[in-house]
Amino acid sequence: MDGQLLVTMFSGFFIACGVVALLIGSLGLLRLPDVYCRIHAVGMIDTAGASFIILGMIIHEGFTLVTVKLVLIGVFMFFTSPIATHAVAQVAYKSGVVPVGRNLTWAAATKNAKTSAAKPKRATKPAGKTNTKSRGAS
Amino acid sequence: MMMLVAITACAVCLVMALVRTMLGPTAFDRVLAVNAIGTLIILGIALHGFIMERPEFVDIALLYAILNFIGTFAVLKLFSTGSLGDAPPSRKK
Repeated sequence: MDGQLLVTMFSGFFIACGVVALLIGSLGLLRLPDVYCRIHAVGMIDTAGASFIILGMIIHEGFTLVTVKLVLIGVFMFFTSPIATHAVAQVAYKSGVVPVGRNLTWAAATKNAKTSAAKPKRATKPAGKTNTKSRGAS
Repeated sequence: MMMLVAITACAVCLVMALVRTMLGPTAFDRVLAVNAIGTLIILGIALHGFIMERPEFVDIALLYAILNFIGTFAVLKLFSTGSLGDAPPSRKK
């Protein structure tokens, strides 16, 4: 009886930590201003939220075959989600998405020199400069 | 009880990620949000199996984790190189 209560308490604690991480990460995915910022939020969902919830389910289940499968899911997501977010960042940077920030006029210059012919949608260099200035002033 | 709270939080987070998928300015925002939706669906499948007292749903969650990873990389390769492994159509002539 006492052991069952302890298992329920630990499982609920870890699942609550995972729920908090999921909510924070999802709110960041909705509110942050840039692709490179949103990658942090998705990394929090993928590692902290998923790992804590899977740990809570493992403690709830005990030593069975389901635990082995849950450990497999946890290990797989622990290794693949940083790879996926890194690939998203690399492809976004290579295809000319300029990060939001103040001291990035050099990056905007090199990126626009490379990709201005291919992608006329992106902000040109003087527009980027005025944007960074107004953001710094505000 | 805690599992019900967790699956409700998964649903709320999935709605937020779906909003980001709809109004993401670039395609990479959408790829990122779809990756997050896949993670939340994996957690939702596993939690649903535990709530309904049928933990065999964990197999489907494992399969979905692998498919999510492969799908993200396929879409990113399509965006970066313009093809999925064969020669791009501009080089085929």
